[in-house]
Amino acid sequence: MSAAMVELRSVHKSFGSLEVLRGVDLRVAPGEVTVILGPSGSGKSTLLRTVNHLEKVDSGSVSVDGELVGYRRSGDRLYELPEREILRQRTKIGFVFQSFNLFPHLTVHQNVTEAPRSAQRRPRAEVDALATRLLERVGLSDKAHSYPRKLSGGQQQRVAIARALALEPKVILFDEPTSALDPELVGEVLDVVKGLAGSGTTMIVVTHEVGFAREVADTVVFMDEGRIVERGTPAEVLDAPRHERTRLFLSKVL
Amino acid sequence: MPVEFSGADGGDTHDPPAAPAVLATPVTPAPSTTSAKAPAPGTSRRVSGPRGYAWSRARLVPASASGRPAGTAAGPRVILAATPPAGGPPGGQDHAAAGERPLRVVTTRHPGRWVAALGVAVLLAMAVSALVTNPAWEWEVVGEFLFAPSVLRSVVFTLELTALGIVFGFLLGTVLALMRLSGNPLLNSVAWGYIALFRSVPLILQLLFWYNLALLYPRLSFGVPFGPAFFDVGTMDLIGPVTAAALGLALHQAAYAAEIVRAGLLSVDHGQREAAAALGIPRSRQLFRIVLPQAMRSIVPTAGNEIIGLVKGTSVVYIMALPELFYQVQVIYNRNGRVIALLLVATIWYLVMTSVMSIAQHYVERYYGKGRA
Repeated sequence: MSAAMVELRSVHKSFGSLEVLRGVDLRVAPGEVTVILGPSGSGKSTLLRTVNHLEKVDSGSVSVDGELVGYRRSGDRLYELPEREILRQRTKIGFVFQSFNLFPHLTVHQNVTEAPRSAQRRPRAEVDALATRLLERVGLSDKAHSYPRKLSGGQQQRVAIARALALEPKVILFDEPTSALDPELVGEVLDVVKGLAGSGTTMIVVTHEVGFAREVADTVVFMDEGRIVERGTPAEVLDAPRHERTRLFLSKVL
Repeated sequence: MPVEFSGADGGDTHDPPAAPAVLATPVTPAPSTTSAKAPAPGTSRRVSGPRGYAWSRARLVPASASGRPAGTAAGPRVILAATPPAGGPPGGQDHAAAGERPLRVVTTRHPGRWVAALGVAVLLAMAVSALVTNPAWEWEVVGEFLFAPSVLRSVVFTLELTALGIVFGFLLGTVLALMRLSGNPLLNSVAWGYIALFRSVPLILQLLFWYNLALLYPRLSFGVPFGPAFFDVGTMDLIGPVTAAALGLALHQAAYAAEIVRAGLLSVDHGQREAAAALGIPRSRQLFRIVLPQAMRSIVPTAGNEIIGLVKGTSVVYIMALPELFYQVQVIYNRNGRVIALLLVATIWYLVMTSVMSIAQHYVERYYGKGRA
């Protein structure tokens, strides 16, 4: 097996007395699209948020492209990195939120260029050209100078994807990217995500769209109660689930 | 199946004349409704016209597509359907006619408001008349002193004090707000204590304390804390009356500004900070580029209140015998005895200053509201 792009080892995480992740191991190969399915509260969003250290882990380790995320290892201890280092690591990890979280006081173009300019300190001309290219890719060239509030939910999420891509990350994490959208807008966002999958970007997608998982995923992971219950190809997990819990979940969402 | 839309087979059924039919139709037997529908497709599919009811057509497609004359949905359908109680062919024509002659809307009259407005107008006229006709206001004296050099100088000084108080007040207030939001308990509680103390002590008392600081600490020295001093100066030399006044106003203002800024920062959705962090944007940039500009939306209106409050608050400084507006007019009327006229001069200037600031506030609010309107 080649080196993993994302590797989680025995990740544990609790919120107070509530144990959200109970020892999760996950490997995602470069260029692979992994879709995480599972009922609400199964820990899938929390898992995704540990990958870019928006959520600290209690024990276990997370690494992206061979580098521990958020920690420095010395012997058998992990020391949390200073914030500046964590911010630098995050520029390699794109994150797309369920609620878009676009900056409402900045134009679409400024939303896309902000991080490459301030976090990566790339030259303005280069970043402007990049933003223009990315907005074209998500089909929003004509909205570059609009404010997010003027856009539909689907358009906002496509801007958010362009914003994440602008850092040219090694991996992109999608946290239920279509859950906050009207049903008729889901398709346009999934199309953009599919396009990315086709271009060989490493992605981890938390979603409830089983159809999307079937079509795009290389690997489907099913989580429940903070553990990975089952993982395999879409055919294995979606069509011939081995576990009763997976079968039960699929029978409800399909 | 969305029955409530399914009955109609043309957009026309949503036309205004629906109202009277609504009550009557439940009685209508299904077959008659069906017959009422029958001519509709031919006559008035697009009658909806000016109101753009065409949307309803799109939703109706499933029902039409089913091929049934929608009779099956008779019951619930009539809630929206404009079918006349009698049913029959004329129904279709009615729709067509209604579409051509849109109904006029007559707004409610408000006789009570007219009476109230009239009453206020009379009171207003009386007030203006009382101001103009009573010679005791001494308008000619007002005119004489309104632009007197000493008054103008005092207006400028008032504005200077206000500016110092606001700028340093909000700078310190922002620091205090960040301390209040900090995870460190000492920073947090020191900021809390500061705010509690300076909000509790009347401004006039604080000013007197600063004015008399030299009595408490005749000399101030600068150096290593609890260690050697590099130099020291007489308190009186460092903190003159003007500095004492500006300091008092700023420190007082900071306590209020801290709460205003803190509320503003808290008003910004947590997701904004999180998105900025996920993008790796440096921490200070997260604050100044992402969070604060958004916080300004709720800070500016309250801060505007504070600035206007402080313009007037500077009048308290008169106890330190500093030549701000209020003190200056007192000096003049103590000399010439024209008390009312000079108070009026001060009133007019305060009014002008606060009005200009209100207008400025409007534009500042509009600037920080961009992307929101």
